[in-house]
Amino acid sequence: MAKEVIKVANLEKYYQKRHVLHEINFSIHEGEVVTLLGPSGSGKSTLIRCLNGLEPYQKGDVIFNGEKVVPTEKNWQQIRQKIGMVFQSYDLFPNLTVLENILLGPVKVQHQSREEAKVNAERLLAQVGLQDYENVYPRQLSGGQKQRIAIVRALALKPELMLFDEVTASLDPEMVRGVLNIISNLAQDSNMTMIVVTHEMNFAQQIADRVLFLEDGHILEQTKGDQFFKQPQTDRAKAFLESMDF
Amino acid sequence: MAHSGINVLFEGRNLIRLFGGLWTTIEIAAVALILGLILGVILGVLRTFQNRLLRVILRLYLEFFRIIPTVVLLFLFYYILPKQMGLNLLANEVATLVFALWTAAEMSDIVRGALISVPQHQRESGMAIGLSRWQLYRYVLIPQAVSLELPATINLVTRVIKTTSLLMLISVMDVINVGQQVVEANNQKYPTGVFWVYGIIFVMYFAIDYPLSWWAKRMDKKRLERANG
Amino acid sequence: MGSWQIIQQSLPLFEKGFVLTLWLSFVGIIGSIIVGLICSLLKYFQVPVLGRLAAIYVEISRNTPLLVQLFFLYYAFPVFGFKLNAEMCGIVGLIFLGGSYMSEGFNGGFDGVSKTQVETGKAIGLSRLQLARYVVFPQGFTLSVPALAANIIFLIKETSIFTVIAIPELTNTALDLIGMYYRSNEYLFMLVIGYAIILIPLSIILTILEKRVRYGTFGN
Repeated sequence: MAKEVIKVANLEKYYQKRHVLHEINFSIHEGEVVTLLGPSGSGKSTLIRCLNGLEPYQKGDVIFNGEKVVPTEKNWQQIRQKIGMVFQSYDLFPNLTVLENILLGPVKVQHQSREEAKVNAERLLAQVGLQDYENVYPRQLSGGQKQRIAIVRALALKPELMLFDEVTASLDPEMVRGVLNIISNLAQDSNMTMIVVTHEMNFAQQIADRVLFLEDGHILEQTKGDQFFKQPQTDRAKAFLESMDF
Repeated sequence: MAHSGINVLFEGRNLIRLFGGLWTTIEIAAVALILGLILGVILGVLRTFQNRLLRVILRLYLEFFRIIPTVVLLFLFYYILPKQMGLNLLANEVATLVFALWTAAEMSDIVRGALISVPQHQRESGMAIGLSRWQLYRYVLIPQAVSLELPATINLVTRVIKTTSLLMLISVMDVINVGQQVVEANNQKYPTGVFWVYGIIFVMYFAIDYPLSWWAKRMDKKRLERANG
Repeated sequence: MGSWQIIQQSLPLFEKGFVLTLWLSFVGIIGSIIVGLICSLLKYFQVPVLGRLAAIYVEISRNTPLLVQLFFLYYAFPVFGFKLNAEMCGIVGLIFLGGSYMSEGFNGGFDGVSKTQVETGKAIGLSRLQLARYVVFPQGFTLSVPALAANIIFLIKETSIFTVIAIPELTNTALDLIGMYYRSNEYLFMLVIGYAIILIPLSIILTILEKRVRYGTFGN
C-alpha cells in the first residue's frame, strides 16, 4: 500500500468551552483524494485548518509522514512548507505582483534559487493558463484568476499534501468550473494527495476517492467516494445528500 | 529631599485647593461635553442630508475648529467676544463655549462617519418597508451607528479632558493654575514641592483619562475580533 | 495706527515665530515617528520587558496633557538637576507626547491587516519575521498613513502650547504682541493666518490620503 501521508489520532478541539471536534481519527495515503462533506457548521473547515496548525487543538495528534507533530509554531512553520493550502478568500498579497506572490515561499522560505523557482512558477502558471500575468498586481485580476494564482502559489512549494478549503465558495458561478478543473487535473495528472472541503457535490463525486462525512464535529462515516454517493451508510449522510439536490 | 517635598501637598489647605481646581476643570469639561456632544449629533445627522449648502457650511465649521489650535480658539473667543460682540463672559464661560463648539465639530464628523458606514442595503431595506426619513434614522441608522461611534466618542471625551489643561491660559482657576499658585507660595519652604504638585496633577489627569481610553480600546478590539470572525 | 500698519510692522516677528513653529514641529514629528516605530516594533514582536515598558510609556504619554508634561520637564525636573532650555523642553515634550500617538497609528495599521492575509502567509511557511517583512509591514504601513498624517497635524497644533514655557513660536509671538500693544484683532488675525498656511494644505493632503487608502490603491 502507498505511504501514509497524514494521520489524525483522537483529535479534539474546543473553542473556549464549546467542543467543536470530537475524536477525529483518519489517515490519508499518497495519491489519495479525500473530500470532507457535511452541513455548514459541522467543523469541516476547522478540521482542515488543524492539519497545518492554523487552529490549535487541545487533544490528540497529527502525524505527518509518520512523525508526530509537536505542535509548536516553529514546527508548524516547517511542516507548512510541505502542506499547501488554498483558502476561500484566495488572499493574494496585494503588495506583491503575481510572480512575487508565487516566489515568496520557494525563495524566502525554502531558499530555492530564484532562477529555478521562476522556471517552476512559469511552468505552473502556464498550466493554469495565466502565463501572461506574471507582472500584474492582484487587484487587476478577476476572482477566478486570483484563485488559480493562489493554487499555483501553494504548488510552488512542491507540497506533499494539498488542502482546499471551500476554494470556489466566493467565486462567480462562471469562474467555478475553471478552478475545479485545475484541482481535478492535479489529482489525475500529478497524483497529488489532497483534502478538499467543498459544497460542489458533482465535483466531490467526480474527484473523491474517499468521503469523510462530518456532523456536529463528529466523523459520522468514512466511505469510498463512488459508494458514498450511491449508498451512504448513515441516515444523516443520506438526508444530507438528499437536501443538496444535485 | 524629595520625600520632604511631598509635604507641600499636606501643608495648609493645599490639597483641598488642588482638588477644588480639579473640580472647576471637571465642571467645565462636563458642561462643554454635554452641550457639544448633543450639538455634534445633530450636526452630524444634518451632514448626511443632501442639501449642498448645509453640508458646505457645516464642513467649513468643522474644518475651522479642526485647523485652528485650541489655544488660539480660546484666545480668539476670549478677546473677540467682548470687543466685537459686546458679550462679556467670564473666562469659565468662554472656555465652556469654546470646548463645546469644538466638541460639536469633532463629534459631527464622528457621527457622520458612522452614519455613512451603515451599509447601503440597510438604508434601502428601511425605505423598502416604508419608513420615513425620521424613522429611518431613529430605528435603523442611528442605533447601528451608535455602536460604531462609541469608541471614537470616548476618545473625544479624553481629548477634551486633556485639553482642559489649557484653561490656565485664559486665567481660569483650574487645577493647573491652582498648582502654580501653590508652587509659588511654598517655594521657599519646599524647594522640591514643584515636583510633587505637578506630579499629582499629572496623576489626576491620568487617573481620569486612562480608564476611559482603556474602555474605548477594549471596545475597538472586540469589534475587530468580531469583524474577523 | 491703522490695522495694516500694525500688521506690517509685526511681520518680521511673525515670520520668526512661523519658522520656529515649523522647525520645532519638524524635529518633534521626526522624533515622534522614530519613537513610535520603535514602540510598535517592540509590541509587535512581543519583546520581553522592553515591550512591556513601551506599553506603559504609551499609556502614560497619551493619557496626560502636553501642557502638564511640559511643566514637568520645565519646572519640576530642574529641581533634580536635570535642566533643559525651553526649546529643548518643547522638543522633548512633543516627542514624548507624539511617540505614543505615532505608535498607536502604526499599531492600528498592523492590526488592520486582515487575519486571512496573515494565515495565508503562514500557510506558505513564512516565519514570524518574514511574515512581518513581506505581508504585515508593507500593508500595515500603508493602512497607517492616514493616522500618521492626522497625528502630524495634531502635533503641529500642539506646538501652540509651547507658549506656556515662553518659546517664541507663533502663538507666543502673538500673545506677547497683544500684551504689549493691546491690538488683539490684528495679531490674532496674523496668528490664525499663520496656522492656516501650514495646516490647510496638510489637511487637504490628509483627506486625499484617507480616500486613497480607503478606496483601493490596495484592494485585493
